[in-house]
Amino acid sequence: MRIGVFICHCGSNIAGTVDCAAVAAKAATYPDVAYATDIMYACAEPGQDAIIAAIKEHQLSGVVVASCTPRMHEPTFRKTVERAGLNRYMFEMANIREHVSWIGKDIEANTNKAAELVRMAAAKLRLNKELKPKSFPVTKRLLVVGGGVAGIQAALDAADAGLEVILVEKQPTIGGKMAKLDKTFPTVDCSSCILGPRMVDVAQHPNITLYAYSEVESVSGYVGNFDVKIRKKASYVDWVKCTGCGLCTEKCPARKSYDRFNEGVGPTTAIIIPFPQAIPKKASIEREHCRLLTGGKCGVCAKVCPTGAINYAMEDEIIEARVGGIVAATGYDLIDWKIYEEYGGGRYPDVVTSLQYERMLSASGPTGGHIKRPSDGVEPKDVVFIQCVGSRDPSIGRPYCSGFCCMYTAKQAILTKDHIPDSQSYVFYMDIRSPGKGYDEFTRRVQEEYKARYIRGRVSLVYPKGNKLIVRGADTLMGVQVEVEADLVVLAVGAEAASESAKLAEKLRISYDSYGFFMEGHPKLKPVETNTAGVFLAGACQGLKDIPSSVAQGSAAAAKAIGLLSRDMLDSDPQIAFVSANRCVGCGKCIEVCPFKAIQEIDLRGQPKAEVIETVCQGCGLCNATCPQGAIQLSHFTDNQILAEVEALCRF
Amino acid sequence: MSKITLGYFPGCSGLGTSAEYEKSTRAVCRELGIDLREIPDWNCCGSTPAHTVDPVLSSAFSARVFAQGEQVGITDVITPCPSCLSNLRNALRHMDDELFAARVDALTERPLKQEHSIKSVLQVIVEDIGLDSVKARVRKPLTGLKAVAYYGCLMNRPEKVMRFDDPENPVAMDQVLEVLGAEVLPFPLKVDCCGGSMSIPARRSTPHLAGKILDLAGEMGADVVVVACPLCQMNLDLRQGQSRAAGLKYTLPVPYFTQLMAYAFGLSDADTAFKLLAEDIAPAFTCMSRRSDEIKAEEARKAVLAEEKARAAAEKAAKTQAGTETAAEKQPGGKSRANSASAAGGAA
Repeated sequence: MRIGVFICHCGSNIAGTVDCAAVAAKAATYPDVAYATDIMYACAEPGQDAIIAAIKEHQLSGVVVASCTPRMHEPTFRKTVERAGLNRYMFEMANIREHVSWIGKDIEANTNKAAELVRMAAAKLRLNKELKPKSFPVTKRLLVVGGGVAGIQAALDAADAGLEVILVEKQPTIGGKMAKLDKTFPTVDCSSCILGPRMVDVAQHPNITLYAYSEVESVSGYVGNFDVKIRKKASYVDWVKCTGCGLCTEKCPARKSYDRFNEGVGPTTAIIIPFPQAIPKKASIEREHCRLLTGGKCGVCAKVCPTGAINYAMEDEIIEARVGGIVAATGYDLIDWKIYEEYGGGRYPDVVTSLQYERMLSASGPTGGHIKRPSDGVEPKDVVFIQCVGSRDPSIGRPYCSGFCCMYTAKQAILTKDHIPDSQSYVFYMDIRSPGKGYDEFTRRVQEEYKARYIRGRVSLVYPKGNKLIVRGADTLMGVQVEVEADLVVLAVGAEAASESAKLAEKLRISYDSYGFFMEGHPKLKPVETNTAGVFLAGACQGLKDIPSSVAQGSAAAAKAIGLLSRDMLDSDPQIAFVSANRCVGCGKCIEVCPFKAIQEIDLRGQPKAEVIETVCQGCGLCNATCPQGAIQLSHFTDNQILAEVEALCRF
Repeated sequence: MSKITLGYFPGCSGLGTSAEYEKSTRAVCRELGIDLREIPDWNCCGSTPAHTVDPVLSSAFSARVFAQGEQVGITDVITPCPSCLSNLRNALRHMDDELFAARVDALTERPLKQEHSIKSVLQVIVEDIGLDSVKARVRKPLTGLKAVAYYGCLMNRPEKVMRFDDPENPVAMDQVLEVLGAEVLPFPLKVDCCGGSMSIPARRSTPHLAGKILDLAGEMGADVVVVACPLCQMNLDLRQGQSRAAGLKYTLPVPYFTQLMAYAFGLSDADTAFKLLAEDIAPAFTCMSRRSDEIKAEEARKAVLAEEKARAAAEKAAKTQAGTETAAEKQPGGKSRANSASAAGGAA
């Protein structure tokens, strides 16, 4: 074999702390190395051209590039060697940037380590075999998990492009958090007026199948062919028969149920249609509030339903579907603000959350769009907004900025003035964070035109005195303590990943960060991909963002999914397991450990043997490590290749 | 009765300004089976004024206290005073750092050899003795007494050091007062500043700050403001005249929680030591007994009403039962069963 070695400087990224020329000189002495050189930027066009030229000039049959992590440029260089006529797997990469130059300053030690890593890569390459991918058909259907604005956008874009789309939503209606908002910033246009038509589009689109009140139960399979089980939760109402007339919700006697959609601002009934524009506009019964389902006595809704849709015996249903790609768009939840005892910890009725305030502002909300104090129904005059409740607070493990609270607080202060012209708003803030088109102008407008008083400082205590709430805080610009007598206090509660996002991530086999937000493939260059092929991200589940960004990411995720599913066939990764039949004793251990169900037992001349299903195997290597006979090997990472690397490292 | 033995550090104020806290604490602990062993020849905990000047010196004061305890086999110490608690606890924490400990040891010349712990009397009563044991000893319940509990700044803070109760909304004293029978009002200014640290550098602000606390307590209708800190007690009680001069409208007695415990346990006047309070507690007890009588009268009235109602229901049930039986004789079948079932339901 004739091996070529290229040591990349990566500008000064590597060359700053590694003597690249010395590494190349050492590499030239390694077995089978026919050519070694150092190169300024291996990944740039001149660098790639130099590699191709060297392959031709020196009749190289394999290439080692020592540069950055293979996560970054392995695909790049594989294409490069392919262009020079080599098989793409006759290539190895040594990571001398993340593993060497970026983590140490000792040039001599770094140079030695880099040379060792290159020696390992060359030793492995000597045992590499040419591998060819197999192709398999793609299921041209997309699963979107989460029916908020990001999921709606992704579903509509993909459906418009001709894909079949399955949209799964946990709640009885799509619309997500945006459906709860009264107005949106910075245009102060009506949230449900702009979202409503999109929701209707979802319902009417011939390519979209909507499963509301449903959750993803399990996911198996792989890119191009995921097998998904969807749990359709029992709504106790036959949605084929239900016309959404709402008679049941008028007559239901359980009138003190918690109203999830309205954030508990007012009570609701046990059988509900969450809001007038709900999609699907179907009734569902909340089991824990229903008198019949909990106490065995009632049945009023069944009596009044004109179509006989009520079915108290309904059970959860599992729906199975095969999809080619998945978009996760599960959004966010508010943090538990009741841990803040200094704001009352939930003890004072007139301390409300920002989302509750949205429902009070909304004309379709429980107060009919009139701002009223929950305690006595009186219209408040002095309204205090406290920002960063649960954002930027390391003491509760939430050191991040939620991103949208500064803007919605400004919007709510404007709306307060619109609703109650003789009101005065006070906003306690840490910093005003308003980057975005028209955003900073908006936060100025609320102060200059709407005369909201912005006080830079934290609130230390909210307590009731008479029928007022005393808000005590610091004005750090003036260097004084301030006390405001408020009629209503609105907490700009920060957000966190949706409550069950970690569970979903595990089902989808994608990573999530320590806060539960799903990890994108690359923070800059792969913002909607994940490290699991075929799974994409949209909206706040990937990181908190406002409506425009969520919509943009929904479209981006759809574009990626459309790109993937526009292909009829996909190439499978040939770095998969293979069985040496004469070594296999048919013990079946590999079948037990395989997480992808990619190994099956076959009968070979009366003997049980393991066989790898090539298109299902993901090349994780578990079977390889488990096999007591060494009969099952992972292509491109065989035991012999690993041992060759170890030997190269432990020569002395 | 199971006994526990603990080291006891009274703190300087226990010998002077908070003698009533000291007396009642010892009495209550005796009743609850806590054997207090006072640390021999104890000294200042180091909280004032050493800790503002030299943290090593301050911790050395604390370290000597622990060393004195160690000499007689005491390693678990309790103290009624939150300020002592804070300084003793912080000294132990700072001495986790070996360099710091070496500097302290150089001053005391008596390095600590064992692990030590320091807790407040309140924490031991609530967590180790338990509210049930407290309740079991109540002989004169505080029924009818409207109380607010005031904790001050030190008892629960900083959270990571004190690890007891909530730093913003503590409830331990509230719970104790509740099992004593008092009506505990939800007081929002539980951890507000009493002005204690201002009493030397900015004397005029102290009665103002203390006045705010008393003012809200009065407005809420409290008879007493119950405390656990000698410095808070002094500012709220001894300076109440100054607070009134600054605009406070109420007069409120400010007893320690241990005094009310001693009272509810039926202990002697020497143990409750109420006469050492600046503001007389008698009017509060007058309100308490008046309200207690009202509550008793109301309960008696309700009992009579309930009895009458029960009797009426029983009579009615008997009548219906009789009626159903006659109906059942006339018309046997499913319908009569339904009737008797509903009658039985009504009676129940």
